[in-house]
Amino acid sequence: MRRIGFFTFAVGVALLPALFPDNYFVMAVGVSAGLNAILAVGLNLLMGYAGQISLGHAAFFGMGAYTSAILTTRYACPSLIALTAGLIIAGVIAWLLARPILRLRGHYLAMATLGFGVIVHVLMVQATPWTGGPDGLNGIPPLNLLGWSVDSDLRWYAVIMAALLLAIGLSLNLVDSRIGRALRAVRGSEFAAQMLGIDTGRAKTQVFVVSALFAAFAGSLFAHQQSFVSPDSFNLTVSVELVTMVVLGGLASTYGSACGAIALTLLHEGLVVFEDYEMMIHGALLMAVMIFMPQGLFIGLSQGARRLWRLKNKASA
Amino acid sequence: MTTALSTLPSAAPLLAVEGLEQSFGGVMALAGVSFQVPAGLIYAVIGPNGAGKTTLFNALCGFYSPSAGSICFEGDELLGLPPYRIAALGVTRTFQNLQLFFNMTVLENVMVGCHLRARTGLLAAALRLPGVRREERQLREWAHEALEVCELADRAEQPAGALPYGLMKRVEIARALAAKPRLLLLDEPAAGLNDTETLALRDLIARIRAAGITVLLVEHHMPLVMSVSDRLLVLDYGSVLAEGTPADIQADPRVIAAYLGGAVQYAV
Repeated sequence: MRRIGFFTFAVGVALLPALFPDNYFVMAVGVSAGLNAILAVGLNLLMGYAGQISLGHAAFFGMGAYTSAILTTRYACPSLIALTAGLIIAGVIAWLLARPILRLRGHYLAMATLGFGVIVHVLMVQATPWTGGPDGLNGIPPLNLLGWSVDSDLRWYAVIMAALLLAIGLSLNLVDSRIGRALRAVRGSEFAAQMLGIDTGRAKTQVFVVSALFAAFAGSLFAHQQSFVSPDSFNLTVSVELVTMVVLGGLASTYGSACGAIALTLLHEGLVVFEDYEMMIHGALLMAVMIFMPQGLFIGLSQGARRLWRLKNKASA
Repeated sequence: MTTALSTLPSAAPLLAVEGLEQSFGGVMALAGVSFQVPAGLIYAVIGPNGAGKTTLFNALCGFYSPSAGSICFEGDELLGLPPYRIAALGVTRTFQNLQLFFNMTVLENVMVGCHLRARTGLLAAALRLPGVRREERQLREWAHEALEVCELADRAEQPAGALPYGLMKRVEIARALAAKPRLLLLDEPAAGLNDTETLALRDLIARIRAAGITVLLVEHHMPLVMSVSDRLLVLDYGSVLAEGTPADIQADPRVIAAYLGGAVQYAV
């Protein structure tokens, strides 16, 4: 059952560029939707499964992006090594941060992670000699995978979708395992989880690091794909948007958060035609989804589809 | 139905509590409680509301840090250990207020109970290495065994939150059993159950003891306590009022005066 869903998704993703070659929505929007989906799938492990909020996730996204940008432009570092360095930096910072910060709960955790995101953003703006300040860094070379240069739209689409499938696969495996159940137990009842031998502090640290790694990975890809990074891509709004994607898609569902990310990215693009009214319509749609599909888009839509299917069967019988 | 098993404490008790003290502000919830639980018994702790029963449980499990005393479990000092370390030593519990994982199925809840019996780490789980699959199958089997004991096998795939209250309480017991504890703490397992369910619970507790697990029971339902327990500890205002077999306790004038409030005969 799990395999069927995964392969359907993979085949769909692979068919899109064949069905709509050179289509702006597939190539450009698809790539940014894919990156957002990797971020959302990672954040969902922390929020949806372990029940811990992070309002500073753009910071880890930025760490991956800036590490790749700085190492490849200033030190001519091979892109794969820069990507690995980004993962290590984000992972270590997440690990150091996790113990003190994840002792907090609810609103307090939200405030602390928000503060962390703001600090990292300020560093990006102020540490001009390193980060280029508000102007950012440009001239980031294309991603080079052992000699294969990712320098066309189609190649970027392929790389990012492969990365997304990897992220989804890892998330699905993790959730349905001893570790994943321990995470869900932390969300269900930390009290009971501890009494069954789960070191809840350690479990929360682990998932915080994993979700930071997902974000840093997406960040590195983002820097190479855009060939330019600036602090604007990693501010508080981005963190909030990531949380929105996870909640909109449906908490504690890997596909749900990927769907939420894709839906929100498409929505931004689709609403551009409304110009000044874009944000208003955007907000209204989000409110409507949350009111009518409180379990999120993914579950809401699949239940709706099932109901329609039953109606149709009844009508034809 | 009082079991006259070896009711005298054996040489080396499974659990030995010495002079345990716990205060909240100015209130002494536990004022120097001492008792010993021999291995293989059903040992009940009773007392009026506020006597310190749940406080005692929370102290034993590491959720409180008592200011004085010692808790010796099979030679290990539990005082000062975090709950997950105490669980790893073979002590687990159920909760007076349900602490089920409502975001999971019944089977998954019980599989969390097997956490300590498995090894799979983060990386192996994310990559789903072949060893992980094997271990998952083993966990599933163990969880089913625990569900079988608690007569919940047919509910395995249901969401834990969809069960009637009485069955939810059973899932908590199954989850605790799946951890293969040597000491199981049951905190008011009969609260909210009807008579039929309480009878079934009594049989279940007896089966648990038969499987070699020592049971420490906090319960208000006197017919259940008197019929299933081998020994009892009576707490009042955070102190031990009496200790002995159900027959001793029912005949003890101090207990009758302080707790039962008069001469009451229980149908047991």
